[in-house]
Amino acid sequence: MNIITTRRICQVFFLIIFLWFCVVTTLGKEWWQLRGWPVNWIIQMDPLVGLGTLLSTHVLYAGLLWGLATVVLTILLGRFFCGWVCPFGSIHQFVGYLGKRNKRVSQKVRVNRYHSGQSIKYWILIFLLTAAIIEIATDVALLPRNRLWLFITIALALLIVIAIQGARQTLNSYKRTILLYSTLIFIWLLLSFLLNGDQRPSASLQIGLLDPIPLLYRSINFILLPLLDRTALKLQTVPRFYEGTWLIGAIFISAVLLNLMIPRFYCRFVCPLGALFGVLNRFALWRIGKSKEECIDCQLCQKNCEGACQPTSRIRIRECVLCLNCLDDCHHGLMTFQTAPSAAGEIISPDLTRREFMVTAISGAAAISTLRIGGRIGPNWNPRLVRPPGSLAENEFLTRCIKCGQCMRICPTNVIHPATLEGGLEGLWTPILNFRIGTSGCQHNCIACGNLCPTAAIRPISLDERLGRNQYSSQGPIIIGTAFIDRGRCLPWAMDTPCIVCQENCPVSPKAIITREFFSTIKTPTPLVIKKASELSIKFQSDVLVPDQFATGDYYCVVQESSEIRRRRIIGNTTNGFQVSDALPFESPPLPGSRVEILIRLQKPYVDPKRCIGCGVCEHECPVKGKRAIRVTAENESRSREHRLIV
Amino acid sequence: MSDELTRRQFLIRSAKAGASVVAACAIGYWFYDSNAPESSPDQKSSILLPDFSIPELGKKMSIVRGQNRSETLRAALKALGGIEIFIKNGDRVLLKVNAAFASPPMLSATTHPHVVSELTDLCYKIGAASVWVTDNPINDPVSCFGLSGIAEAADSAGARVILPNDNLFKPATLPDANLIKNWPVLYEPFKDINKVIGIAQIKDHHRSGASMVMKNWYGLLGGRRNIFHQDIHNIIKELAMMVKPTLVVLDGTTSMMTNGPTGGSLSDLKQTNTMIVGTDQVATDAFGAGLLGKNISDLPYIAKVEAKGIGTADYQSLNPIELSI
Repeated sequence: MNIITTRRICQVFFLIIFLWFCVVTTLGKEWWQLRGWPVNWIIQMDPLVGLGTLLSTHVLYAGLLWGLATVVLTILLGRFFCGWVCPFGSIHQFVGYLGKRNKRVSQKVRVNRYHSGQSIKYWILIFLLTAAIIEIATDVALLPRNRLWLFITIALALLIVIAIQGARQTLNSYKRTILLYSTLIFIWLLLSFLLNGDQRPSASLQIGLLDPIPLLYRSINFILLPLLDRTALKLQTVPRFYEGTWLIGAIFISAVLLNLMIPRFYCRFVCPLGALFGVLNRFALWRIGKSKEECIDCQLCQKNCEGACQPTSRIRIRECVLCLNCLDDCHHGLMTFQTAPSAAGEIISPDLTRREFMVTAISGAAAISTLRIGGRIGPNWNPRLVRPPGSLAENEFLTRCIKCGQCMRICPTNVIHPATLEGGLEGLWTPILNFRIGTSGCQHNCIACGNLCPTAAIRPISLDERLGRNQYSSQGPIIIGTAFIDRGRCLPWAMDTPCIVCQENCPVSPKAIITREFFSTIKTPTPLVIKKASELSIKFQSDVLVPDQFATGDYYCVVQESSEIRRRRIIGNTTNGFQVSDALPFESPPLPGSRVEILIRLQKPYVDPKRCIGCGVCEHECPVKGKRAIRVTAENESRSREHRLIV
Repeated sequence: MSDELTRRQFLIRSAKAGASVVAACAIGYWFYDSNAPESSPDQKSSILLPDFSIPELGKKMSIVRGQNRSETLRAALKALGGIEIFIKNGDRVLLKVNAAFASPPMLSATTHPHVVSELTDLCYKIGAASVWVTDNPINDPVSCFGLSGIAEAADSAGARVILPNDNLFKPATLPDANLIKNWPVLYEPFKDINKVIGIAQIKDHHRSGASMVMKNWYGLLGGRRNIFHQDIHNIIKELAMMVKPTLVVLDGTTSMMTNGPTGGSLSDLKQTNTMIVGTDQVATDAFGAGLLGKNISDLPYIAKVEAKGIGTADYQSLNPIELSI
């Protein structure tokens, strides 16, 4: 079998696996639903996720070890992931093929020529990684202050290396090196005293913005599958909603359509994962290249070159995605995958100057520090940012969340949504609970999101921990927020109308919403004056009532200016009188001429902040559907001491 | 070829332009509407749930005390003459359970799965053609049927669960009703069946006083049904008027005494060890009130339903058969 066919089969295989994992990320017991399918496998194989979280959290969480396998294979073989595995890359390659299908060979060669803009992806990688590395960088900068001996050892070691290297240099460059070394040590010392050790900036993991695997997950999970839910092929009984998908959709569509102009546009210019592989493949044991330098320069090998790595001349080995098309397209059998470097030479370094590197690195660090001045993680936290149960404290959360949307896909009630700007720019597409959407609030007996999260930004909690049972009984249930009643909108509070739907649906026992009974006097067109009365009924002098207006079981009457002040339930009324319940008859019927007041019995809801867990079922069910009369905000959430509400 | 326009070309082009003008004018005329849109009138709907009761059997009731739901249910049915007097060979049966909350059976916030499987078994044994189970829960439907154990019980007994979706609801209007007017009702599951059994769990309910057989029909409403809490007793009355079941089962083996209707803790429950089966939903609920420690006057909807002639709150008048096992 031709190697190209093998590659295509492999690409199709991984694309199908990827889509299949998206489909089975549906809660249920059917074979096509989540029953132990390794749905995070492709995320875990993505070493940018592993490296990013490693830099931002200093640990490589559980399944992310798979990324190591990809790294090892990339070091040995080159960017096989891009050309053979990446499902987003396969989509690009296919759409790119459609775009150039009817073009002439010369045009194909032209669009596959190397473009200096291809170094942009390295800028993106450096920018995103410095945002993640900022915490480690600060630690290193603080070394002279915190671990002086370690600093001195490093400084001396560097000096020795420079001295040995210097023996082979000219005097002038030797001087320059020494000057550079002294400046570096000076800046390092200066920084260690400038930086405040107590105010270390926490890292921010932003690789998910452009990492192709989370990007594709978002696009499939929030757009393609919900669209499918609206057809006969639906995966969910109720079609899914996701807020703010226009941006995710616009990025996805742009990335796909740009292939019509330049094949694999995203891979060549944007993809930070590709850039990481480009850094890793330097020592690849096997590489693409020409077996002889001389050839007729027909450039056919560049006709279908996916990486735009110019195999005809000095091959840019960083850009080669191992599509192997050049092997097939060269009619002279000159292109090989071999251990020796290309006979025409190689360009090994990415097209990136030291200055560009420094500028992007500093920008990355500066961007996060600048965003943090907004205080979103500190005093200016947004109470609307209600995170799923088990979420880490916000600064730790932002070091782990890769915005893949797996939690939002698996959530059985569709209550988890991609944040737009609720969590600030850093929190874009991170999970936020929106109790207006979905089939219920955050269900009491569910821990699906944390157990799926590939990076443990939402911890894999147990049901016992969530509910505060058994060994967790001393710490109580996990609280994600607190409900607040808007007394100006609540029916019993503001409008003399019975309701308490929130109280009924509160899943906590004893309920976190309690009610207090309250009787409110109803205005009648004219005062109700008794004409005659018996044990169970009263007749008035005037016809002012609407029949059975007060027969709902919620209305009571009380006779004024009499010894009989107890309230009695009205069970039915005519235009000029009513009957009361036989549970409490009038022992001595009230006298004619007495006045009667009609009262409505209201149960007014109150939230008990000691019991409320913020599940939002009340907000979801509140019949005031526009702006809910009871709303959950992140107050008192367990994940943050600073958000505590009550002692 | 000459650049000058020939007469022939000009005529052809004029003809095409003329046709385009005519087409544009025709389309404009075709769709012309001089009236502004009127406010959309309420759809008139005359859909009504069919009557599934068997009047010739009259009003019956049996009360069996015991801990094992399967046994008490079987005994209660036997006392009424056996399930065969209600369900015949070839019947298509719908069980309206209470699956309102995503809560495990242990917490008794939903119909117990044993009741569902036992009743399904009995129906199939007597020759029922099919048994369906449905409800429109409050929490996520899949989670509710899953966690409550009802889905599994139904599956293993051979009954099919119908999960609600928008297409299953049809606007229904109940004659003489103030609330159920053009209101979406879970109608489709009722279309192809000929017997309905309501299976309710006895629960405390803060707004109405108690959730039993009649309150359980709330799960047939769709749309923004929460607003009916403003007039809870009348909506229960209208639901009892709307649904005419073949049989009702009220499970008081474990009653939820407090914190209803969600419960959430074993301390909200009490072993009351009673299974009630009957054809009069008013009588069963009137009896159930006693298990919750309530009087009939605490539940104004009972008197309202009784006044509509749907049943009797004086359950003793039905001479209920009482057994203990």
